[in-house]
Amino acid sequence: MIPGITISKSTLYVVIFWSNAPISSKNISWKLPATHRGKVAEHTDETFYRSLYRIRRVEEEIVRLYPSDRIKSPVHLSIGQESVSVGVCAALSTNDIVFGTYRGHALYLAKGGDLNSMMAELFGKRDGSARGKAGSMHLIDLGAGMMGTSAIVATTIPHAVGYALAIQMRRENRIVAVFFGDGASDEGVFHESMNFAALKKLPILFVCENNGYAIYSPVSDRMPADNFCERAESYRIPSTRVQSGKTTEIRDAAAHAAVAIRKGNGPQFLECLTARWRDHVGPDEDRIWNYRPDSELDDWIARDDVAATASRIDQARRSAIEAEVEREIADAIAFAEASPYPAMEELNEHVFR
Amino acid sequence: MSSADRELTYSEALHEAVRQEMSRNSDVFVFGLGVDDAKGMYGTTAGLHEEFGTERNFDTPLAEDAMTGVAIGAALAGMRPIHVHQRMDFLLLCMNQLINIAAKASYMYAGACHVPIVVRGIIGRSWGQGAQHSQALHSFFMHVPGIKVVAPTTPHDAKGCLIAAIRDDNPVIFMEHRMLYGNRGVVPENDYEVPFGQARILTSGNDVTIVGVSHMIVECLRAAHVLREAGVSAEVIDPVSLAPLDIDTIAASARKTKHLLVVDTSWTTCGTGSEILAQLVESLGEEGIPKMKRMGYAPTPCPTTRPLEDIYYPSGQTIAEAAHALVRGRDWTAPQIEAREISEFRGPF
Ligand SMILES: Cc1ncc(C[n+]2csc(CCOP(=O)(O)OP(=O)(O)O)c2C)c(N)n1
Ligand SMILES: [Mg+2]
Repeated sequence: MIPGITISKSTLYVVIFWSNAPISSKNISWKLPATHRGKVAEHTDETFYRSLYRIRRVEEEIVRLYPSDRIKSPVHLSIGQESVSVGVCAALSTNDIVFGTYRGHALYLAKGGDLNSMMAELFGKRDGSARGKAGSMHLIDLGAGMMGTSAIVATTIPHAVGYALAIQMRRENRIVAVFFGDGASDEGVFHESMNFAALKKLPILFVCENNGYAIYSPVSDRMPADNFCERAESYRIPSTRVQSGKTTEIRDAAAHAAVAIRKGNGPQFLECLTARWRDHVGPDEDRIWNYRPDSELDDWIARDDVAATASRIDQARRSAIEAEVEREIADAIAFAEASPYPAMEELNEHVFR
Repeated sequence: MSSADRELTYSEALHEAVRQEMSRNSDVFVFGLGVDDAKGMYGTTAGLHEEFGTERNFDTPLAEDAMTGVAIGAALAGMRPIHVHQRMDFLLLCMNQLINIAAKASYMYAGACHVPIVVRGIIGRSWGQGAQHSQALHSFFMHVPGIKVVAPTTPHDAKGCLIAAIRDDNPVIFMEHRMLYGNRGVVPENDYEVPFGQARILTSGNDVTIVGVSHMIVECLRAAHVLREAGVSAEVIDPVSLAPLDIDTIAASARKTKHLLVVDTSWTTCGTGSEILAQLVESLGEEGIPKMKRMGYAPTPCPTTRPLEDIYYPSGQTIAEAAHALVRGRDWTAPQIEAREISEFRGPF
């Protein structure tokens, strides 16, 4: 012990690290602040349907509004991919943290991001999640554990790892999930981040949303392997591949992984196959660019998990859920319309804090 | 129309340049994310893989750092790669290879090897491009010896500069702006080079010298137009290449007009404007120093919401007002000048 230093929490951390003792949240008990004691909510077909339907309908409304030019923002829609965000977030609590990408509407909503703020942000209005400064590509809602998304592919992967490192250092009982595409998995930073996370046994779930394409470039044109799990395995990160696109299967895989992560066993990797039904960016149908076989998309559309989940719910309940969601969306659009544009002075605000 | 006044758009001019060089020299190849897709990088690489084969116009994994190194390696072996980036912002992932290797190889190995690569970076603007898809990073590169930076604004110069860049034995950062792609202008059919280090006087005038970079040239020309109506005669200069920089042409003009305004397609601090002003002071000596001003993006990241984005950029109007204040020493409200490439631009990207 160095004389003259009183033990504060932070010096204690230093001592723990210096002592070279194995660090695992399992063998160190730390009293967590109340806000960090999250509980994972129970889910049923009805709660899944509400979430899936809500995301689908929000984005369909964006498609409807887009030609009016009120949304002057690139929009990368998740229509067809909703089950990944909904399934994984079902295994997380509010206090768990998610990092995502510019294709972030589904994740933002699934994690509990505020719909009014999102809609106002897309409209470039003052009540948006970033006061209109960010648009669709940089949604954020810290209250819901939704970290800001980035438009530079793969950049948030190491941030998620760093957040997980902080959680480990502070002995907090929560985890991070980071969502990224198949394209992001090409980047060097993805590999460097996975290696570090595995090395430090960090509490993080990697979620590769494999929709088969980076813009119009198929996975098979970008790598010789046919799956991403083997990349994770090469860093000794246990991995699971969910091919069906079913919310329940994704939730089960994520929940299983989350249990292991919460035990302090280090990172887990989830590859979820999915399909984007719309163009890479913008509201158009994806088919207009003729770069993929129609049958491929038809097959995914036939297995649409929003419709499949709906079919498992009693008709009256389903109508009630849909009516509630429609009201909420209409209100959010009205909220965005009514919100003013930011004042000119705001241009110079927030450069520094 | 005779072939002497054939018009092309900026993007067509780039396409023609690369086609001609690929035909002329089998060492030239193009690669980068999306270069062979249906959109063909705003048409500039459209169909090249069909004409020259998929070996010479190809898509890559998302791996900017490594792909820049691959370009350098191929160049060391004698090839002439053109690496295309849909946004200049992505060059930030290439910086180590570009600055630590490409810019230094010739010098470090005393000329034993060199790195003839062209790196095309497209600057975004409008429709909510926002903080990470609208940056112009030319001044980062201008700072570094061993790397050239060009920013042509007319279709004529786009073609001639791209050909010159491909033939250059050094790394060249080739700056494009998506608001320039629709510009039409006369482009000769033959292959020709526009030499680097020679500025172009676009309009001559006596009262103020206005230097613009990339898309801002278009706004400077609009400003010159309304200034003329207000009785101020502006000389608009397009530097065309930023490194090397033709300070002599700018200095001669500023000596004549005694007023200099530099309008950058980027932030002002440590930018092209700072460099031009500094070089001017050094070359003119104290008594010859004109009244000077820099303009550029607001000193903030780029906001997406339209009202803030509109005031983030200099416009024909704000440029005209600044030039007027410089010359006349008093405020004047310039008429609003529509920038149709901006006002008519619609997404979705
Ligand atoms: C570093 C970087 N390189 C290139 C781009 C251009 N770009 C934007 S999205 C994208 C494809 C990403 O594909 P993927 O990770 O599979 O995500 P998806 O869009 O399919 O959800 C590319 C190449 C970028 N934004 N950032
Ligand atoms: Mg993808």
